[in-house]
Amino acid sequence: MARTNIYTGSQKAAQVTDAPAETKEVTVGGDKNGGKRTVPVQKAPRFYPAEDVPVPKKSRKTPKPASLRASITPGTVLILLAGRFRGKRVVFLKQLESGLLLVTGPFKVNGVPLRRVNQAYVIATSTKVDLGDFKLDEKFTDSYFAAGPKQSRKSAEEEFFSADKVKEREPISEARTADQKEVDKTILAAVKKTENLSKYLASSWGLSKGQFPHQLKF
Amino acid sequence: MSFQESNFKRFVEVGRVVLLQAGPDAGKIAIIAEIIDHNRAIIDGPTTGVTRQAFPYRHLTLTPLAIKKLPRAARTGVVKKYAEKEDIAAKWAASAWATKRAQVEARRQLSDFDRFNVMLLKKQRRDRVRKAVKATKA
Repeated sequence: MARTNIYTGSQKAAQVTDAPAETKEVTVGGDKNGGKRTVPVQKAPRFYPAEDVPVPKKSRKTPKPASLRASITPGTVLILLAGRFRGKRVVFLKQLESGLLLVTGPFKVNGVPLRRVNQAYVIATSTKVDLGDFKLDEKFTDSYFAAGPKQSRKSAEEEFFSADKVKEREPISEARTADQKEVDKTILAAVKKTENLSKYLASSWGLSKGQFPHQLKF
Repeated sequence: MSFQESNFKRFVEVGRVVLLQAGPDAGKIAIIAEIIDHNRAIIDGPTTGVTRQAFPYRHLTLTPLAIKKLPRAARTGVVKKYAEKEDIAAKWAASAWATKRAQVEARRQLSDFDRFNVMLLKKQRRDRVRKAVKATKA
């Protein structure tokens, strides 16, 4: 039997056994009963369960964040291969705690905002933007990019039949745009130093006939 | 019956300069020093860094260059003397074939940004040619 099948027992049963049994004091009648007694809040079941309830094994393993590829250093131009901005060339800033890469377009050049990307979906090029002694603000952590609390949304049906079908876009907070501008300022200045680099970042990447990524040098 | 000259220009012969297509020396040129049999020849490239070795014909290509006067089974020193006298390396480097090979190799080594720059330059060239052609037609 495969090991994974052991874990398919009901989760509720497992939780009950985990809860610590709290006790309470109860007054009891009768002269020889001592007056008080501690009894568990929840009575123990009178019967043993007829069938064993499987308890999932606790894993002590924690995933480590991915180590950064040697070819990726701050200022490296990356090619994004997945997601909404696939094909875009962006500038790498730093690796976050979670192992994700913090990149920026810069936004003014190609419309890619400050954004986290997985390095597995990225091609590192040999082109580097010389960032000098550029110091990124400490506030750019994984929590900075975490999604805010979900607003109660109308049901899909309600939304569909509502009078104005054009969904309102949530405006991007001013703090975000200010942060974007602040970061991009130095990067844009560095990009301008190399001829055509701005054009290069603005253009998107693709393969043409007879080109194979494993044979290309980036 | 009169003797008719062959239409072929390049032969497997002692002194023929060949381009190696396989092995660690692939891409280099060497000179045939001796023919072993129908499959292999002894090649030597003292001026191009190819050690003397037996090499199968199917992994080499004949070039138009040849040292006609190279004696059969000449050793490395003699091959080197003839190669330097005829300036084989320079003749090869100047040939269209070698230049094209070098160009292809250079293009292959370009980075993504370099390729982008080449694209921009090609666009510029196209534009100028188009304008010049239009000017002559008008």
